[in-house]
Amino acid sequence: MSGSRPTPSTTIPASFAATRGWTRRNMLIASGLGLGGAALLGGCGGGDSSGSGASAEPGAVRFGVNEARGSGPAFQRNEAMANAYAAAQGVEVTLNAVDHNTFQESINTYLQGTPDDVFTWFAGYRMSQFAENGLISDVSDLWPVDGMGEAFQQASTAPDGNQYFMPAGYYPWAVFYRKSVFEENGWTAPESADDFDALLQDMDGKGITPFAFAAKDAWAPMGTFDILNMRLNGYDFHMQLTKGEQAWDSPEVRQVFERWAQLLPYHQQNALGRTWQEAATSMANGDCGMYLLGTFVVDGVADVADDLDFFTFPALDDTIGNDALDAPIDGFCVAAGSDNQAAAKAFLQFLGTAEAADAANSEADAPMIAANSNASTEAYGALQKKSAEVVQQASSIAQFLDRDTNADLANTVITAALQDFIRTPDRIDEITTSIQQQAQSILGTS
Amino acid sequence: MSVDTAQPTKDDARTTRRKPRRRSTKDRLVIATMIAVPTALVVWLVWLPALASVGLSFTRWNGFRLENIEWVGTQNYRDITTIYPPFWPAIQHNLIWLVFLFVFPTVLGMLLAVVLDREMRGSRFYQTAFYLPVVLSLALVGFIWQLFYSTDQGLINEVFGTRIDWYGDPDINLWAVLVATAWRHTGYIMLIYLAGLKGVDGSLREAAAVDGANEVKTFFNIIFPVMRPINLIVLVIVVIESLRAFDLVWIVNKGRNGLELISALVSQNVIGEATRFGFGSALAVIMMVISSVFITVYLRIVFTQDQEEK
Repeated sequence: MSGSRPTPSTTIPASFAATRGWTRRNMLIASGLGLGGAALLGGCGGGDSSGSGASAEPGAVRFGVNEARGSGPAFQRNEAMANAYAAAQGVEVTLNAVDHNTFQESINTYLQGTPDDVFTWFAGYRMSQFAENGLISDVSDLWPVDGMGEAFQQASTAPDGNQYFMPAGYYPWAVFYRKSVFEENGWTAPESADDFDALLQDMDGKGITPFAFAAKDAWAPMGTFDILNMRLNGYDFHMQLTKGEQAWDSPEVRQVFERWAQLLPYHQQNALGRTWQEAATSMANGDCGMYLLGTFVVDGVADVADDLDFFTFPALDDTIGNDALDAPIDGFCVAAGSDNQAAAKAFLQFLGTAEAADAANSEADAPMIAANSNASTEAYGALQKKSAEVVQQASSIAQFLDRDTNADLANTVITAALQDFIRTPDRIDEITTSIQQQAQSILGTS
Repeated sequence: MSVDTAQPTKDDARTTRRKPRRRSTKDRLVIATMIAVPTALVVWLVWLPALASVGLSFTRWNGFRLENIEWVGTQNYRDITTIYPPFWPAIQHNLIWLVFLFVFPTVLGMLLAVVLDREMRGSRFYQTAFYLPVVLSLALVGFIWQLFYSTDQGLINEVFGTRIDWYGDPDINLWAVLVATAWRHTGYIMLIYLAGLKGVDGSLREAAAVDGANEVKTFFNIIFPVMRPINLIVLVIVVIESLRAFDLVWIVNKGRNGLELISALVSQNVIGEATRFGFGSALAVIMMVISSVFITVYLRIVFTQDQEEK
């Protein structure tokens, strides 16, 4: 997946689930339900209780970017923001651009060595984990940020109640398809479970594989697990599961795998050897009808980008509905190891502004939506506009399985288990039992 | 090794009294430094980390702060052997890797060397062609073969009209990767044997020819035994290469789904997102133990043979 998009996931874990999942419309209701226990804590940031008390003061900064120079829009956006800041403040911003996977794999040693002042990172468990271990700086004195709602503040908050993160943008996971292919065949985006089944049957009957599917990158199938879990068991269950409060061998989780097993015949075969770029190509050339992925799918099929459209995964259980989805937030942190805290914070503050978002948007087309609601939407393409709408309509938003879950569990156990399931879908009992045994060992619960 | 330069090492440092010999203080200082520095480096870079791994393998640690280290006894080892599904496949794959490298690329490399040693036309070209993959990093080798193996767009499936999922099907992908490894390994072995063959005294062949031995006999009864040092080097290389096999499977799919190797499991647990340093260390210790078995056997063979010869 080199040279590609912000692998949504390879990266992020996150956990404290409740914190991370934020709810837009129903914020209050949600926290009322206890969904947001952490949310309550989240609100009370403010004082810079922890060590790095320096207040923001512009100066030269080093900026660690998790995309290699010349690797595409994701890098260009970061570069554009850095340039805008340098021009506005008259200070030097030194970019340290590192290949995405290399950056992810060396993040622990990077932060414990001599990190750049500000670096690209993700909301979620991993942000919290770094915060708990003192590797990133408390930036609660920069919050609240003008143009960012409470949901973003909550997503930037570690369990200690302080903010450690500055959101830049986010992107939803949805079902993508080519408009022309759907028109040709008289298909429409399914509204209900019945529509959905009918669509699958019809595609199958016409010799088109309904779902493009790739699982070579172990994070990719997590998107399917997430959406089925949120459709069948609801957002609350999903967040409890990622927090470790629900068992992986529970009937609910088995139900998800069972439904998935029924859907697998409608997915591309041989998924375990396929990258998401190859799967995207199968959708682009019409072999497959749809593809469930993050909006970064556009980067894989730039030729037909104008012909792409998407719908949110339909409800499978009417009592649960379809208003929850995955929409991971990307953003920035200040490294605690930086001896340049004041300048770092000033730069971080800038990165959260609408001005920074505009600089990024005007530089490169990327399927991200700016976190700052004051950012101009003029440069948005049709997909971005629709993404923003869809996310705003969603009542509950999760980050992603490996951004919400304990990193050890997500990366060493669930990845392998999902691949195992795709290979042998009839071994659901063994697989879920194995996940649960390992989860108990890793999380120290019993 | 540095010792070689200073011939009779055995008794000098300790017992100057016996023979107040020709070695000056300066010489002795030099020798002492030459021994002390490498020893310190080996202790610091090899033994301390190795011992630390053993220690960590009995703990749970997220790699961030030392005070987070939590003693868990043998739990990691118990988990690895009981509830960690990739472990046993990994052991098996490492062994398959070892046997495969011994059987195919080594024999093939030797054969190529013998053929190319005959100075036929274009042998320089073939030498270069076969050796070329060795120059490439395994990461690059993985990428090149991905172009052949890709299910939807790969060369092999295009040419033969098949739809085989070479890297994704767990029953096949280990062999697919082994072929890619062999592609590189063969050239390596070939070059070593080629060098060995060039070094064989021509008069031996002549003598064999005079005695009426045919080519095959000459090779197996004369040339091959003469190349014993080369054979030992190859033996060591093959064992080391198969135990440290890692790059290729990591490039292909991070060592999952049929490509589990111990080294990849260690990395999965300590590199990147996951921070199971205790668990990863336990895996590393297991790998170290397995390696030690091979190394011990190898050293034994080498030393016994050396003694027999003397």
